[in-house]
Amino acid sequence: MTLADAVAIVLFFGVTAYAIFGGADFGAGFWDLVAGGAERGERPRALIDHSIGPVWEANHVWLIFSLVVLWTAFAEAFASITLTLFVPLTLAAFGIVLRGSSFAFRKAVFRTRDQRNFGAAFALSSVLVPYCMGAVAGAIAAGRVPSGGKAGDPVTSWVNPTSIVGGVLAVTVCAYLSAVYLTWDAKRLDDPEMEAYFRRRSIGAGVAASVIAAVGIVVFYADARYLFDGLVSRALPLVILSGLCGIGSLVLLVRRANHGARLLSVGAVASVVVGWGVAQWPYLLPESLKVDQAAAPEGTLGAVLVVFALAAVIILPSLALLYVLDQKSLLAGEGVDEGPAPGN
Amino acid sequence: MLSDLLTPLAVNPLPWARAQMAFTLAFHIILVPLGVSWAAMALIANYRGIKHDDADALLLAQRWSKYMAVTFAVGAVTGTVLTFEFGLLWPKFMGRWGDAFGVPFALEGLFFFTEAIFVAIYIYGWRRLKPWPHFWTGIPIVIAGIGGSVSVIAANAWMNQPQGFTLNSAGEIIEVDPLAVIFNKAMPLEAAHMVVAAYIVGGFLVASVYAFGMLRGRNDRYHRIGFIIPFTVAAIAVPIQMGVGDQLARWVYQNEPEKFAAIELVPKTSDNVPETLLGRLNADGTKVEGGIPIPGLASILSDPRTGTGTVVQGRDAFPEDEQPTVRQANTVHLAWDVMVGLGTFLFLLSAWYALSWLFRRDYPRSKWFLRIASISGILAVITMEAGWVVTEVGRQPWIVRNYMKVEDAATGNTGVWITFLAVVGIYSVVGVTTILVLRGMSRRFREEAGDDETGVPYGPSARPEEVGAR
Repeated sequence: MTLADAVAIVLFFGVTAYAIFGGADFGAGFWDLVAGGAERGERPRALIDHSIGPVWEANHVWLIFSLVVLWTAFAEAFASITLTLFVPLTLAAFGIVLRGSSFAFRKAVFRTRDQRNFGAAFALSSVLVPYCMGAVAGAIAAGRVPSGGKAGDPVTSWVNPTSIVGGVLAVTVCAYLSAVYLTWDAKRLDDPEMEAYFRRRSIGAGVAASVIAAVGIVVFYADARYLFDGLVSRALPLVILSGLCGIGSLVLLVRRANHGARLLSVGAVASVVVGWGVAQWPYLLPESLKVDQAAAPEGTLGAVLVVFALAAVIILPSLALLYVLDQKSLLAGEGVDEGPAPGN
Repeated sequence: MLSDLLTPLAVNPLPWARAQMAFTLAFHIILVPLGVSWAAMALIANYRGIKHDDADALLLAQRWSKYMAVTFAVGAVTGTVLTFEFGLLWPKFMGRWGDAFGVPFALEGLFFFTEAIFVAIYIYGWRRLKPWPHFWTGIPIVIAGIGGSVSVIAANAWMNQPQGFTLNSAGEIIEVDPLAVIFNKAMPLEAAHMVVAAYIVGGFLVASVYAFGMLRGRNDRYHRIGFIIPFTVAAIAVPIQMGVGDQLARWVYQNEPEKFAAIELVPKTSDNVPETLLGRLNADGTKVEGGIPIPGLASILSDPRTGTGTVVQGRDAFPEDEQPTVRQANTVHLAWDVMVGLGTFLFLLSAWYALSWLFRRDYPRSKWFLRIASISGILAVITMEAGWVVTEVGRQPWIVRNYMKVEDAATGNTGVWITFLAVVGIYSVVGVTTILVLRGMSRRFREEAGDDETGVPYGPSARPEEVGAR
């Protein structure tokens, strides 16, 4: 394995982590969006707030991590992607600003009208951003991003069958992951009603995601042949693994084994994302830019790997601490003089 | 084709890309000092709170951490936008130089991750973590804040002093020495200048809110501590900044003479160069018009050993297309005057405060002191923005000094003017809302004040049934 391969794996590690952690976060915004009016949606929204409050910022650092690895180690790929996919990436950036700030604002205001406005901005952008990210992934996977400093089509590069499948799949997968996590959280917080509420939704979203993924395979056959060929050869074991994990998680959800369902849902999503990477291997931008062509000099790749090793030593234990404290309900609120606590 | 329909909207992206980058950076840089230094100030209050059983200090720390939750979130997302913009606006820059420029950002990612994690633990940990362990979860925020800003500035410094790479004959990077990139020649002083600035701006910004409160008659101990802690932090940092800034100016004189010629408004190379306050270059850049010249001072400051005999290279020493234009040079010089002028003013304010502590063991009780202190935050922000204009505009026309010009780095996407307008719209709303939300929180805290003073910090919750219900 070359240094470039190792760094490409690090990059996909980051992308996968973003899909799992950031994805669940976006999905929470989706459920916030469809939770209904202020009164009906109050309890699910309170659970969502409580559940992602402490962890959302850390979850989204995976995006920065992935972007930084991409532009440092594979600068040409980054430049090509940003040149061609200017529109969806700009929309995603705007969505990220609106989403993060309005989520923080919503927690800090108490008037229902303000909460509703910020909540709407948060929830809508929570759907917009993963859609754009999925469309970007679809554009890359379908080979619509040319390398070498020339831009692909500014519109059809991301408005095309593969990108649409990518975008819709991303939104659905986020919703599915999030609903599974929220089912777990509701159980942990002893709220059987919300547990049932999100269990129904996680099963629905899981089924929807599998249908879209199946449709996607057909679309890829017609629209993204290189990806399709990879998915049914090199990446086939991962596709099968993802399917099995997905089905398993649905079975466990029905049988109310929340913990196992959560693990399997993560497995299902992770193997799809890794499968995408394996399917388009050895290309970063199928069929125009290979991993080793795009790779930075060894000094840079070495630095990225050293930073990754440092991250493994520093970040992973810190993240583990954050999640453990969160799961033990030790991150209960901001300050001790908090107003009415969420969840009441 | 849809893309053909859009052709009439096509506008040269370069000025808009410049404007968008400048606008988003100018916005983000206001939040940076709060991210870097507010946690440190909250920890000082937190420490006092638990070490000396000081309920006011503890309450301050708790409320500051709630405000921080908002400013940190806005800072995090506006910072994320910048990572997109490097590619969206400057793809040719990133494509060619990302191999080297990216290295400090890899480190920054590490620090930012640490910061985000511990900010979350600290902010949300107040109720259920034990006091001292909770205090310690705040320390990594301080370290990561400093490390993160040093890393970002290392990347910026590298644009001023690109090094640590080997090019082939086609001008492509074929080898990178990561340590030489990170520890480039401009990095130590630039980074020190920004970190100290973060403490100054953060300190004055927070202090000015409490100074304003005291002017409004809220003269209780809570407000006084809320003023004294951040103001002291800033007042200590200001003289340090004078020293760092002085070193940095001399360093620019030695290493980036074309920037220095713009800063000091020097048309022709000579000795005995005056320090011109205000003033501007005439249209063809041959003469300084207006302003108040202080004879020989620029020469003396550039190298005190040779005094007025110090030769300062003027704009005539550099090719016209390899230094800021006349207009840019005038901008750089004005920004420089603003930075040095306001910086000196803040130094005098800090000295007033220090003398008062020295002789009366108290902050100055003069109304005028509080009035000035209540705008010190805004003044400090302007000072910092001016300093940033000096370094960025002073680097023109280069994006990577002596290697790549800004005009060769920009995207070919002709719709940047639209995204610029959208960015200005969105950021204006976010900026105004941030201020309104922070003010709303402060008002609510005051209304709840009765509760706050009786609540026992770190004690059992006043509303135990709620904890059970969660």
